[in-house]
Parts: sequence; C-alpha cells; structure tokens
Amino acid sequence: MFGLKSASLFGDTKKLEREIDEFVDIVSEVGLVFKSIVPTYLNHSANGKFEEMVEKVKEMESKADKITKDVEHTLYEETLIPDARSDVLRLLEHIDELIGMYQGNCYHFSIQKPNFPKEFHQDLIELTETVVNCVESLCLTVRSFFRDIKSVRDNAHKVTFYEKESDIKFSALARRIFDSELPLDQKMHLRYFVEKIDRICDQAEDIADEVQIYAIKRSV
Amino acid sequence: MEITILIFLFGGLFLGWSLGANDAANVFGTAVGTRMVSFTSAAIICSVFVILGAIISGAGTTETLGKLGAINALPGAFAACVAAGISVYLMTKVGLPVSTTQAIVGAIVGWNLYTGSSTNLQVLITILGTWILCPIIAGVIAMGLFTFTKRVILNRKLHILRLDAYTRTALLLAGAFGAYSLGANNIANVMGVFVPISPFTDVTIGNLFVFSSKEQLFLLGGLAIAVGVFTYSKRVMFTVGNDLLKMTPVAAFIVVISHSIVLFLFASQGISAFLQSINLPSIPLVPVSSSQAVVGGVIGIGLLKGGKEVQWSIAGRISLGWMTLPIIAALISLIVLFILENIFNLTVSF
Repeated sequence: MFGLKSASLFGDTKKLEREIDEFVDIVSEVGLVFKSIVPTYLNHSANGKFEEMVEKVKEMESKADKITKDVEHTLYEETLIPDARSDVLRLLEHIDELIGMYQGNCYHFSIQKPNFPKEFHQDLIELTETVVNCVESLCLTVRSFFRDIKSVRDNAHKVTFYEKESDIKFSALARRIFDSELPLDQKMHLRYFVEKIDRICDQAEDIADEVQIYAIKRSV
Repeated sequence: MEITILIFLFGGLFLGWSLGANDAANVFGTAVGTRMVSFTSAAIICSVFVILGAIISGAGTTETLGKLGAINALPGAFAACVAAGISVYLMTKVGLPVSTTQAIVGAIVGWNLYTGSSTNLQVLITILGTWILCPIIAGVIAMGLFTFTKRVILNRKLHILRLDAYTRTALLLAGAFGAYSLGANNIANVMGVFVPISPFTDVTIGNLFVFSSKEQLFLLGGLAIAVGVFTYSKRVMFTVGNDLLKMTPVAAFIVVISHSIVLFLFASQGISAFLQSINLPSIPLVPVSSSQAVVGGVIGIGLLKGGKEVQWSIAGRISLGWMTLPIIAALISLIVLFILENIFNLTVSF
C-alpha cells in the first residue's frame, strides 16, 4: 500500500517538475516572441507575420493556463509541499498574469494599430528589449526558487536592475513623444502603449520581490 | 485465565492506551503536524512498528524497571499502572507532552513506599540521570543532523518538489524506526510490572517457534498502544507538531530521527553489549521519555536557528510537567493501593 503510494508520489513529483519547468519556458518564449513582435509591427511590410506571431502568443498563453490548473489540482489532490503550496500557486498565478500582459499588449497592437513615427522606433524596440531582459531574469529567479534557493537574491537583483532601466527608457520615450509636434490624441495613444509595455517590468519586479519572501520562508 | 487477572491486566492496557495517545504522538507528531504524512498512514505504521519493537526488542528496559521495584502481586501492578495512566491522562488534559516512563517510575516508587519495599537508589539515579541526558543527547543529535542535512540539500540543488517527496519518504521511514524504538524502549512501562507475575504460559508454534509469556504480554501491550494511537493521538500530534516551534518538514524529519536514535540507543541490548565488549561504558537500558527526546530535538533545532523562535514559556511549562509527573504518579499510586487493600481487601504485595 505504502510502496504504491510512494511510487505515485515520485511519479507525480517528476510530472509536476516537468510542468513547472515547461511553464517557465513558456514565459521565456513569449518574451522572445514579443521581442520580435514589436519590430515586426513597426515594419508594416510584414503584417501577415505579425498576426501569426500574435496567434502564437495566444496559443502559448492558453498552454500556460492549462499548466497552472494542472499544477494546482495535483498540488492539492496529492497534498504536496504543504508548507509552500499556497506560495507556489500564487507565484504561478502571478506569472500567468505576466503572460497575459504580454498577450494584452499584442492584442492592443493588433486592434488599435498605433501609429509610431519612425523617430520613435529605435527607442520603442530598446524599451521592449529591456522589458524582455527583465522577464528573462525573473525566469531565472523563479527557476532558482525551485532548485537553487541560494541564487534567488542574485537573480532578483537583476530584475530590479532591468526594471529601473526600463523606467528610465519609458520616461525618456514618453518625454520625447510629448515634446514632438504630433497631435495630442496621438501622443496620448502612443504613451498608452509605451506605458503598457513598461508595466510588464513593474509586474516582474513585484513577482521577484514575492519570490524573495517565499525563499526566506522556504529556508530549510 | 481468571476474570480478576484480566481486570488487573486492564490497568496495563489503560497505560498502554495512554502511551499510544501521548508518546506515540511524539513519533509522528511533527510529520502529521506539518501535514507531510496523513494521520491514517501515521497511525497504521506507528501501530505495526510499536508492536514489532515491543515483541522483538522490549526485554532490555523491562529488566531495568524490574530492578527499580519488583512488584510481586497483580493488584499491586494494577495499582501502579492505573496510577501512571491517570497521571498521564491528567497531564494530557492540561496539554503537556509527558511520557508514561516518568509516570510508571513514580508509580513504582509509590508502590515501594506503600509496601515498605526498598527502592534501588542506584537504578533510580540511573533512570533520573537518563531523563536529563535524553533531551540533551536528542538536542545535540538534532543539531548535528540538521546542519549536515541543510548543507546537503543546499549543495544538491534539489527541486522543491523532489525535496518534498524525499522528505515524506524519510519521515515515514524515520517514523517507522521511531515507533519500533518506542515499542522496544517503552513496552516496559506498560507491561514491565506484569512480567514477574505473567498470567500467560509459553506457547510453542509447530515445534519451531516459542511464543513466550513475556512476548504475549508485550503483544497485548502493543495492541493497547495501537488503540491509543488510533483513538486519541491525533490532537496530541498536532500539538507536538506545531506549538513549541513552527517547523519545516525537513526539521520535522530531523526531530523524529533524533528522537528515534535516542530511544533506540537506550533500548538496544546489542549496542550496549558491543560497547562493553570494546571496554567502553555501556549505555544503560532504561525506558527514556519519548516526549523529552522530541522536545530536546525541537529545542536543538530552535537553538541552531538562534533560539528566538522557541516558545521558551511553553518549554518551561513542559519541564515543570516532567518534574511533577512522577510525584503525582507516586501519590496516586499510594491512594489506589490504599483503596485496593483497605476497601477491596486485595493483597498488593507479598
């Protein structure tokens, strides 16, 4: 009886480990796709490719949702990691929201089609890259929370670094937009997009802070 | 077997039930308290291994307890067990983790005082000495094991889920070992006083195996312990697991294994003989308190973490309970013996 239970315990554990790894992989991949989506959008010549990439993000988001639900069920049904279960589930939900923010940005680009003049392209691409780097560092932080608790602090520090850099880039770009000769409605529209991209970093930083607290709680 | 003998044996079974409710809770308390092991799994494993420990390795400590005071009449043994059982029950009611060990020693001394038999002071001092040593040894073992385990876990970079699975398995194994050691070490408390006056006779099974009267007594005691585990230990397990120090599952495992090692050390005739054979002082085979071992282990880990998280007021109350329990048991023993002799006209000693 106990042998079977033990075998199923280790089986569930391996499956869950894989699922959590896969979930973090998705966050990372969505970021990489998003990094290509912005220049693709700005380069109007490849609209078909842009929509294809938006669809890909949507698929990845659905997959991440499914994994979150699976992990949640298994953790509760098998009463695994009782001391850290609620922390892990909250963490996965917040990361899922981050994927949702990427997806939201893609949809807004696809539906509202903001008109970014060429002079802002490079700044917007750089802001996007910083945001993706920030989330990449968050992925490392999350992975270290699960496997190598000692490295959580170092990785979380990188998230904070990129978040600050993103704030600087956002402020500079917003200032340039409002200093330009564009009509006010367009300025507001562009600022909305820039701010929405920058918010991904804020969410990543909040999650990194959260992970640091969970890591302290998880200390052996 | 006469019905009166069964009634008298009931005293031992009552004490066995107390042991199951309290001491057995120490073995799985931290595991169940941290919700790493379900109560049902804990209760089944605990019962099986307590019975095995009692039958296979229970003889050593029984001998020592016999030297403290050889109760030579069934009503006397009944009185000692009932007194110990009641005192443990009272302490449990006020929420203090105590052990049948302290209670039965107090009750035997009570019998000695009542009947005018001499108490073997050397044995008494040895037992009292181990009560001081036991939590200290458990604490030291817990500190060492915790430091080692923590280092291994951090260096191996185990996934949180893998660590969880390993810890659960380790808790079950340590719990089984703990239950075995508890049965071996503490069965003397429950049935020790009945051994010289056992109502059973040896049974030979198929000319291969002799099931001695002592083993039959121990089996009966083990079953009583199992009943205690199933009927009353759940609440105590959660108290042991959560109140004194908020523990992580890994710390819970360390506490169980430290407790089990201490109980095993003080019950193992093999280790004692081995130490003697290499001219080292042997470990006295004494029934030690599993509560003391667990509390010692928990405090050891608490100290390693700086001592701030330990609820010292609770620790103080527990220690006070340990000191008063043998005295209470001795007093109740005197009262029960008086009642048996003067109201029921029973012979409590020869």
